[in-house]
Amino acid sequence: MKRKSHYPYWFVFPAAVIFTTLFLVPSVASLWFSFTRWDLFHAEYIGLENFVQFFKEPFLVQGMVNTVIFAFVTSGMKTVLGLLLAVLLTSGIFAQGFLRILVFFPVLVSTIGVGITFTRLMHPTKGAINIALAHMGIDGPGWLTDPSLALFSVALVDVWKGVGLATLIYIAGLASISPEYYEASRIDGATRLQQFWRVTVPLVRPATVTVITLSLIGGLRSFDIVWAMTKGGPGFSSDVLASVIYKQYQAGFYGLSTAGNVILFALVALIVIPLVSWMNRKEVEQ
Amino acid sequence: MSRRQLWTGIAALCVSLFIFVVPFVFILFMAVKDKRAASKLEFSWPTEWHLWANLIEVVEARNYMLLLAYFNSTVITVGAVSLIVIFSAMVGYILQRRHSRWNSLIWAGVMAGLMVPPAVVPTIWVLQNLGLFKTIHGMVLIQTAYGLSFAILLFRSFISTIPRDLDEAAIIDGAKPLQIFFRVILPLLKPATVTIIVVQSIAIFNDFTNPLYYLPGKENVTVQLTLFNFQSQFVSQLNLLFMNILLITIPPLIVYIFFNRQIVAGMTSGAVKG
Repeated sequence: MKRKSHYPYWFVFPAAVIFTTLFLVPSVASLWFSFTRWDLFHAEYIGLENFVQFFKEPFLVQGMVNTVIFAFVTSGMKTVLGLLLAVLLTSGIFAQGFLRILVFFPVLVSTIGVGITFTRLMHPTKGAINIALAHMGIDGPGWLTDPSLALFSVALVDVWKGVGLATLIYIAGLASISPEYYEASRIDGATRLQQFWRVTVPLVRPATVTVITLSLIGGLRSFDIVWAMTKGGPGFSSDVLASVIYKQYQAGFYGLSTAGNVILFALVALIVIPLVSWMNRKEVEQ
Repeated sequence: MSRRQLWTGIAALCVSLFIFVVPFVFILFMAVKDKRAASKLEFSWPTEWHLWANLIEVVEARNYMLLLAYFNSTVITVGAVSLIVIFSAMVGYILQRRHSRWNSLIWAGVMAGLMVPPAVVPTIWVLQNLGLFKTIHGMVLIQTAYGLSFAILLFRSFISTIPRDLDEAAIIDGAKPLQIFFRVILPLLKPATVTIIVVQSIAIFNDFTNPLYYLPGKENVTVQLTLFNFQSQFVSQLNLLFMNILLITIPPLIVYIFFNRQIVAGMTSGAVKG
């Protein structure tokens, strides 16, 4: 007689059913529906037409390019600023605990609320940011009204909201570095800057991998901040894939919208998986 | 504390007051001004405080829509977080205690859940076929599906710190698998459970995208969507829009004050090991 395990596999069952039905099935189905013209009831196979349209329409192409720019700009800034802030906030400065709380709080606040607030602060003539700049004699730009700037303004707000998480992860990473490394390097006569580049940066690497991975995936998928601030405008200048997907859905082009989803998935896989495995391999080599 | 640390701290404090506090003070100022003062968008001390009047007006707007939204969001958050905690603890437990080729399949699912962006329209199609589209319980299940992966990761690594001897003692006493799990294991998972409850509650309460897609309809409104709906209605009444922002910022603030430590633990899990 087969002995029954005390760790039965049916424990996995409830989670597996929910996850499979509402996540895996739609994900797999999206591969099929992206090749169709679809109104939720009838799907007509049209081959690669949706994808062809995606790569031919200039505004859809711009959405893809913007997605990549947005993800790399926000991820890069969060990584650099997060590390610098974490070093600052672990150096034993005055009001360190309070500062950590300040930097982290925006992470927990509603993205839509943040977006609406900054849209008003970035108003070209009446907004507090440009009024403050005017006091310093600087002619502030149209943060969200200038098509060449809108995407970067939104990215900046995204960094403002998300840098606290990167900082927090780096603080945990810094805490796991043994103080002996710093003592040894100090005895060898290293300056603070040398310590930062030769001790901190290499040893905090696992945290860097986490920050880059999380912020890249988040950046490629981001929708709410863009939608709350510009709705992809002016024109299509700040459209990202997630907002394109929503617009096509609203317009009733379900097949095209789903093709956008497949492209977004491909982008995440093509960018994140090689990057993470490359970063992890370098870690092993060290 | 050296002199240098003191002055660096004061300098950092001044800069971060500018960057991180001013936007929140702006929300507060806008929320208490009257309609005309708010429309100027100035960052200025309110000449008159209309805190209470604005509050009442926002709550009463559109037939108490904000209260309904609070109710819906609370139901969704509590429902989804409960399911996430129990179901993902069960998966994490099996994943950590038992080793077979099924494990790598479960891992693949967990990783996919963390990385793959959900396919929205096909999800709507599935929900419609199951009769779950535009329903609160459908939304609960969606949030559960999307929240499982992160919770499973956290539970699995926490369960590895619980010695197997405890399970074995319970087995010798004749306990069934369910009894072992609910009476012995689950109570010991409390620190991880609290972390997951706090982090997931905030994420689900603040979620905008998923209710936008899967929960349309006036009677299904959630707090983040009120903000978005009011944006067009209150276009000339920014004071009320900002009062709304203020009201939905308060719950996460309270949670942050009480559960600071658990939030930090949850957000940084895995950061050290990589």
